[in-house]
Order: sequence, then C-alpha cells, then structure tokens
Amino acid sequence: MSGTDTIAAIATGITNSGIGIIRISGDLAISVAEKIFKPLKENKKISEVKSHTIHYGYIVDEENIIDEVLLSVMRSPNTYTREDIVEINCHGGITVVNKVLETVLKNGARPAQPGEFTKRAFLNGRIDLSQAEAVIDVINAKNEYALSSSLSQLRGSVSEKIKEIRDIILNNIAFIEAALDDPEHIEMNNYGFQLLDTVRDIKQRLNELIKSSENGRVIKEGIKTVILGKPNAGKSSFLNAILGEDRAIVTDIEGTTRDILEENVRIHGISLNIIDTAGIRNTDDVVEKIGVDKAKAMAKDADLIIYIVDTSRPFDSNDMEIIDFIKGRKCIILLNKTDLENGMNSEDLKILESIDKAYIVKISAKNQIGIDEFENKIKEMFFHGEVNFNDEVFITNARHRHSIAEALKSMEMVEQSIENNMPEDFFTIDLMNSYEALGSVIGEAVEDDLVDRIFSSFCMGK
Amino acid sequence: MNSRKANCLEESYDVLVVGAGHAGCEAALACARLGLNTIMFTVSVDSIALMPCNPNIGGSSKGHLVREIDALGGEMGKNIDKTFIQSKMLNASKGPAVHSLRAQADKKNYSQEMRNVLENTENLTIRQAEISELIVEDGRITGAKTYSGAIYNVKAVVLCTGTYLKARCIYGDVSNPTGPNGLQAANHLTDSLKSLGIEMFRFKTGTPARVDKRSIDFSKMEEQKGDERVVPFSFSTDPESVQKEQVSCWLTYTNSETHKIIMDNIDRSPLFSGAIEGTGPRYCPSIEDKVVKFSDKERHQVFIEPEGLYTNEMYLGGMSSSLPEDVQYAMYKTVPGLENVKIVRNAYAIEYDCINPRQLLPTLEFKKIKGLFSGGQFNGSSGYEEAAAQGLIAGINAALSVLGREQIIIDRSEGYIGVLIDDLVTKENHEPYRMMTSRAEYRLLLRQDNADLRLTEKGYKAGLISKKRYEAVQEKKNLINKEIERLKKTNVGANMEIQKFLERNNSTPLKTAASLAELVRRPELNYELIAEIDKERKPLPYDVKEQVNIEIKYEGYISRQLSQVQQFKRLENKKLDENFDYTMVPSLRKEAVQKLNLYKPLSIGQASRISGVSPADISVLLVFLEQQRRKREN
Repeated sequence: MSGTDTIAAIATGITNSGIGIIRISGDLAISVAEKIFKPLKENKKISEVKSHTIHYGYIVDEENIIDEVLLSVMRSPNTYTREDIVEINCHGGITVVNKVLETVLKNGARPAQPGEFTKRAFLNGRIDLSQAEAVIDVINAKNEYALSSSLSQLRGSVSEKIKEIRDIILNNIAFIEAALDDPEHIEMNNYGFQLLDTVRDIKQRLNELIKSSENGRVIKEGIKTVILGKPNAGKSSFLNAILGEDRAIVTDIEGTTRDILEENVRIHGISLNIIDTAGIRNTDDVVEKIGVDKAKAMAKDADLIIYIVDTSRPFDSNDMEIIDFIKGRKCIILLNKTDLENGMNSEDLKILESIDKAYIVKISAKNQIGIDEFENKIKEMFFHGEVNFNDEVFITNARHRHSIAEALKSMEMVEQSIENNMPEDFFTIDLMNSYEALGSVIGEAVEDDLVDRIFSSFCMGK
Repeated sequence: MNSRKANCLEESYDVLVVGAGHAGCEAALACARLGLNTIMFTVSVDSIALMPCNPNIGGSSKGHLVREIDALGGEMGKNIDKTFIQSKMLNASKGPAVHSLRAQADKKNYSQEMRNVLENTENLTIRQAEISELIVEDGRITGAKTYSGAIYNVKAVVLCTGTYLKARCIYGDVSNPTGPNGLQAANHLTDSLKSLGIEMFRFKTGTPARVDKRSIDFSKMEEQKGDERVVPFSFSTDPESVQKEQVSCWLTYTNSETHKIIMDNIDRSPLFSGAIEGTGPRYCPSIEDKVVKFSDKERHQVFIEPEGLYTNEMYLGGMSSSLPEDVQYAMYKTVPGLENVKIVRNAYAIEYDCINPRQLLPTLEFKKIKGLFSGGQFNGSSGYEEAAAQGLIAGINAALSVLGREQIIIDRSEGYIGVLIDDLVTKENHEPYRMMTSRAEYRLLLRQDNADLRLTEKGYKAGLISKKRYEAVQEKKNLINKEIERLKKTNVGANMEIQKFLERNNSTPLKTAASLAELVRRPELNYELIAEIDKERKPLPYDVKEQVNIEIKYEGYISRQLSQVQQFKRLENKKLDENFDYTMVPSLRKEAVQKLNLYKPLSIGQASRISGVSPADISVLLVFLEQQRRKREN
C-alpha cells in the first residue's frame, strides 16, 4: 500500500531492562531511518540494503550519538503492516527509547495513533479475517487508554497554558476572518505589524512548553501509584522519605494534605508517578471532601496502591473503608510508625494478611527504616511483571510533544508570512493549523469554534 | 392512477420545479438545457428572480459562488453582468483567495432579464400556481398537485420554495401571513412534506426599510464609488462590455441617539417579546440585535444603496429591523442625512418553513424519496448566491437522474459549492447558513479567479458547457502550465542588467544565477514586473498571466494545501452505502452509531465530519468495512 504517511511508536512494553524497540512503518520508513542511522561500516546505505536484514550502528540526532542499536530493515509487502518497516532495537532504558522515538519523529514520521499498526496490518490484509473483532478491540482499548491517560495525566498547568494560547490564536483568526468577510464593516490595515508581537509571544510560550515537556513530559509517565491511608497515618512523611525532600506539608493536624500531590520518583530505575492524596476519612469540611473524593477517583485507575497503616492506633472505620477499596487491586501495605508502640488490635493484622495480592512491609517513615525493603519490593513486582504500565502513555506523550512542535512550526510560518509582507489571509492558514495542533493535545476538536467566535466577537454587517 | 378524478387538469413533464427565485431559475434552466421537458411553478410570474432583500449579487465568498455557478453553466453570473449598476472587487489589497466580486443590481432589470432567458429557453414552461402536495409512490416521486387540483405527473421534482412556506412578515405587533414583499405565501405544501416524514425547521430573516431618494441628504454621507475597471462575473462575458457608467452607494452611521431610541423601545420588538419563533442568522442581525449585543459599539455603518435605475427607492443596508413602524421612523431619522427620510416600504422580519438539510444526499436528492431534490433557502441556507448554487446542482442532478446518468457531487476541495452543500448535509445547522471564506479549508485553491479551471470540465460533462468553451479552458490550462514550466527552467545570471533591475525594484541583488520563477516569488516582484528581464516572453492573455503569477508566487502555500487535499480525497474515495445500518458494526460507540444512522454519509470522509463521530470510530468503521469486503470475496 503506497500513499500512506509514516508512523512510529515504541513497539515493546516499557521496561527498564532488556531492549526497547521503536517501529516505523510507511513509505518514508527507510528514508527516515537513513537520516538518523549511522552504520558502523561508513559506506553502508540503509536505502540500499536487502530486505529483512539487520544492521549495527548508532542513532544520531544531528551530531549527537543517542544509542548503539541494531536496525532491522523490512521492505513491503512481507511485513507486519505490509508497508516498509524499520525496527530499531535500542539498549532500552526509558530515557533512551524515548529519545530515539523523538529523533524518528523529528525526521519525518508522525506518532502512531492508538492501535494504528494493528489497524494498518489488518487493512492491508496482513491479519486474518477471524481476528477483525480483536483488531477493533485493540483499537478501542488503546484509544480509551490514550484518552484517559491523556486527559487525566495532562498536567493541569499545561492544559491551562494551551487553552490560553488557543484562545489568543482564535481571537486573531476571528478578527482577520471577520474583516475579510465583511471588509466594509471591519477595517484591517497592516494587521501583521500588530500580530507580530503576539506571534512571537506565543512562540516563546510554546518553546517553554516544549522545554518543560523535555524535563517533566507533557503528561506524567510512570506507574501510576496512589498513596492511601487515614489522616495522619504518615503518607506525607513516607513520600518525603522516598523523595528525600520536604515536598508534602507534614503536620500533626489531621487533614493537612488537602490537595493531591504528584511526584515522579525513580526506584531502581523504575519510574513511579506517585500521587499523595488527602487522608480518607468521613469529613464535613467541603474543601477536604473534594480532596477525598478525588483520592478515591485517582485510586480507582491506579496501577499500584500504597496503603499506609498507622500501627500506633487501632483500626477505625476509615481503615475498613480503605481495605474494602483495595481488595482485588495491586497493593503494597506499609505498616508505618514501627518506631512507636504498637496500638493495633490483634485482629487488625489478620485482616491485612488476608487481603489477596497485597504485600506487607514494615517501615518507619520518620526514621527512614524499611524504605529499602519497600524499594526492593517494587523492583521485584516490576520485574515479575506484576505491575507495569501501558506504553500508550509514552506514545501519547510523544504525540503531544509532536503536536506542540507542529503548533510552533506553524507560528514560525506565520511570522515568516508577516515578515514577507504577505496579505493577512495567509496568516490565518497557519494560525488555524497551530490552533488545531494544540487542540489535539487537550482533546478538543475544532468544529465550529471559528464561526462562533467571529459572530460573538464581531458585529457583522447587512 | 385510475383512482384519480377525471375532471381535473392532468399533464406530464419530466421535471417540475417549485419556485422561481434564484434557486428555482437555475434548477429549471439546467433541466431544460439538458433536454428535459421542464415546468416551473411560481406564485407570481412577475416575481421571477426577485431580489427581496439587498440589491446586490456577490460579496465575500458569495462572489466565488457566482463564479463557480458560471463555470458549471449556470445563469446568475451572466445575468448580473447584464444588469449591474455598480461593481467592486472586495479585498483587492489582500491575497487572491479572498478577492471577491460584488455588484449592485438594478433589481427590476435583473428580474426582467432572467425572465427573458427563461421564456426563451426551449423545453421550459412557466406556470403561475401554488403546488400544495407531492405524490410519492414506493419511496419515489411521481407527481405533484396544485392547490386548484391540477395533477402533474413527473419523474423528478426540485423544491425551491425559498422563504414562502407558511411565511409570516412581522414588525412591531403587525404580523402578515405573506411571503416577502407582500407576495402570497405557500401555505399548504408544508403539511404534505410533513406527512411524507420530512423534518421541518422554522427560520427567520429580515430586511431593512426602503426609502425615497429625494428625502435623503447625501451631502452628510460618504460616497462609495464602483471600481474604475470592472471585472465581469461570467467567464464568457467580454470584459470590455461591462465598462460603463456606474452609480454610487453612500455611507453614513448610526449614533447614540439611534441606539437610545432602539433601547427605549426594545420591549416592542417581536424578537425580544417572543412573538418570533424562528431562528435568525447571526451574520445579518437586525439593528436592534446589534445594539443589544454590541452595546459598547458607539456607531454602526449604514450603507444607502440604490434599488435600481428605474426607481427612487434606496435600501438602508445595515438597518434591518422588526421594530414597529413609528420606532423605525424615529430611529432612521437620527441618522445623518436621513433627518427628513420618507419610508416607502417598512423594514420587517420574515419567518418561514424550511427543512433540516441532513435529510439530503450531497447530490441534494432526498435520501428517503428518490427523484425529489431541493435547493436554496428551503434547505436552510440564506442569500441569493447560496440559493442559486444549490438550485443549479439540484437541477443538474434531477435531470441526470431522469436521464439515468451518474449524478454530480462537488467536494470540499473542488469548490465553495462543495463546502456549502457538504456543510448543509453533514453538519448540524441551527440558523440560515451563509457562505464564508473561512468555511473553506482549501480556500487558497478555491479562488474566484480559477473557478473556470476548477469546474468547467464538470459543467461540460454534465452537458451545460459547450465543447468550445470547454476546449478554451483546456487550452488556457495548457498555456499556464507551459509558462510556469518555462519560468522555472529559465535562469538568469548575476549580470549587470539583472542587478540594476533588482536594485531599481528594491530587491536584493543575486549572488548566483536564479530562475525567473524564483524572482517572481520575491514579495517585491511579480510576473508583470520581471517582463523586462524575461527576454523570451511571448504575449499571453491577461487571465493566463494572472494564473501564472499566482501559482508561482504562492506555490509554497498552494502545494501544502494540495497535499492536504490528497489526504482528504483518500477518505472521500472510500465510499459508504447510504442504506448501511450502523448497528451492524460491533464495538462502534453508541453515539457514533446514532449519528451515522441519522446522517447516512456517502463516504468515510463525510462520516468523519459528522459531529460526534471520533477518529477512533472511523478506525473501527474502516476495519469493519475491510472485514465485510473480505467476507464477500471469500
């Protein structure tokens, strides 16, 4: 099948060991690979090698070597998608795999949509008819995951910033379009001059977004881990203990951690996205109630729950509520405050031990005791495949970054058009592209935004 | 058939057109010109091609529509070229994509000339009567009945009822059950349509007062003249034939006093009291709407436009209203130059029945009733040009369906007509739809200057464009391509003559040789300018040179849009069966199933534009269709 664009994604599940594979499929797969692959044998050309061969060399981004890789070249039609496919086997490690994917995307591929490889494989006749239903399920499942991870994990500030930028862009398009539509009612002269400052400001904002996404990612990646526990069980102290800094407010007053805190920690190279929630307890305080509700909602789609038990006090109804909640979920139970005298009832421990799938570790967050053991437990669970996370998060991230970069590129085009003295109607072409690209990050389709904005902001004639 | 009464008039035609407005005229002409025995009904023969609102044709994006109508073999462009009294190219200082022609018409002359054309078209019968009922048998149209009981047996019907269905004209507490201009409304057809299961909407629009020219003080207004060099609408009109003396329009403004009168009387407006139920268009609000919604605006423009050379009546553009007549008088008199104004006809709002256009295929045929087509305001649009464009397509397709030939669809990448129809039949529409250039995503390709290059071939294939005209367009294309190629291949060196030429035109000197095309692309240069250094240039017609300049100058943008069009076409070319039941697709989300079953899109592309259908739904649909295809093959 020719004429389709070229897509890329991480093909392996994300683990911190072994190899990671980036798969590229489409007409440009081989030419993209050629741009970024430096074979060990200098005179080897990827575009000329035989199909279904493996090559040793380096992935380079401009001049920088990113990783030592094995690169497989498979030409259409005997491939998974029946298109040209290149697979890059890297040394793994989340950071490296991501970096290689980014380089691929920078050089002409676009991030695959959820389930897109499978879809292509099927549409191009590679997957058996009997599996059609399964293909649809994959697409639906991946898409649902991408949507939920994209929306729930998009950092609040990112989505706010993008909304703000989009609003400014839309206002400018609406003005230009209103003036073009009704030139006798709305005057527009030398608008480019005025627009230039705005365009530069937006460019800067987008650049900052991209930079911050390189550090912290647009969405949080990692095993989504939620800390639960009744108020003052020591959740924040535990978080500080593993983060090694005072991020969470720690006081002796119950219910201090009202907001949801999110932290990304590396434990033995495994990325955990830890969410510290307000203590679960029945509360009348409105603000705190929101926090509690949110905590429960978060815990519902967590990959892993860490339940912190205050061993200095007997179980109360809050504990029972949590225990009910964690049944059947992946969970580590931390028996905290081992530095204090045990205040639990003998029954309490039995209840905990009877919970299926839960591991129990004794710690003292305050004295940093047992933290190693906890970390080893995480490692063990990860390498035994008991906890993992969907690679969709990574590709969603790549998609977001790609979209923001596209938006930036479009703004550069606007700038260029203004500097070249192009008429105003050319500006809106690229402004609109930018608007659409940003919309895809926050999950908003364009629909009738522009026409609505024109009519609500400008008084049209007749 | 036997059951019908014998004592009534009964006749047979191929196609019956209901309405003789801008849509009806194009539809009837198209059918008759394609050789079909055509009858056209109107409530008043004296009102053929009536312009009941603004006295102009064209304008931003509407001018594009007229050009496209012309390229397809329609009449509107030719008719306005014959009858205009002022013409302007709007946005002339902007990019070529948004240049738009707009002409003031002599209304009576426009109507009369169109009537002449209709009356002299073979196969076309004009009949003054009200169609009150459609006859449908087994999901196919077979005829129509007039209010007087006459029966017409036909193979296709085109409905172009405009603003006449159950029309009501309203100002203040006055409500007249008439169509525009006091013409008789069509009060019976709606019930027949409803009984056929057709979903109806009720829309509203409005028009300002007409005033006596002698009561206006023009010295207090700014004169608005036409262009010195007039560009005709029709590609077949000789440009020299339209260079004539033009009349002026005039510009004045409302002020705080006007706005105060409006606000003091706003409770007497039927719009605000709730007496009007129809949905009005946001783009042409009444003056009371503008004052209420944009209260921070100190003044609004008022364009005083002549209704024609035959009359003293002037149109008060920008001040449509449904306020009571005493308030109309009071507010108009606050406007500079209108202090002593005498109203000839009051401003009014008009309400009418129209359809929910999602019941139509992109061919403008009803999905559920074969042989029934519709166009114009009946489809929920507004404007003369939007009406004519749909009338033409509905007419062509009605004719092609009778002839058993494949019907035509213009897609979004081929013309504004395509955007217009696709928007109507695919998107949810809650107000009279007006064309805007911002609705056309490929507008750089859909310019008014290249409508002939885009659409003449379609018109020729349909049978409305002569072979001669088609070949002339092919030749034009040829000349354009050759010249572009030549400019790309011709290099000029960095010699003295070239450098001096560049210096004179404030252009950076060359470092190495460059092609002439590269020079044309420079912002400060163009095709005409570089003639001086282009030694091998041969004389070419003006319109060829214009295309060469545009194509080269904006090549970057144009090629980007072309590659977007390629993506677009891929989805448009994946056809869907209009009878497909989407509940058959497992795992398609419920909302998507509902929407797809409601709209029954003809292609994956169209499906993807339906609001509520997500990209993931499209993926699921594609996989399902491939599965079905393979099952059939096995």
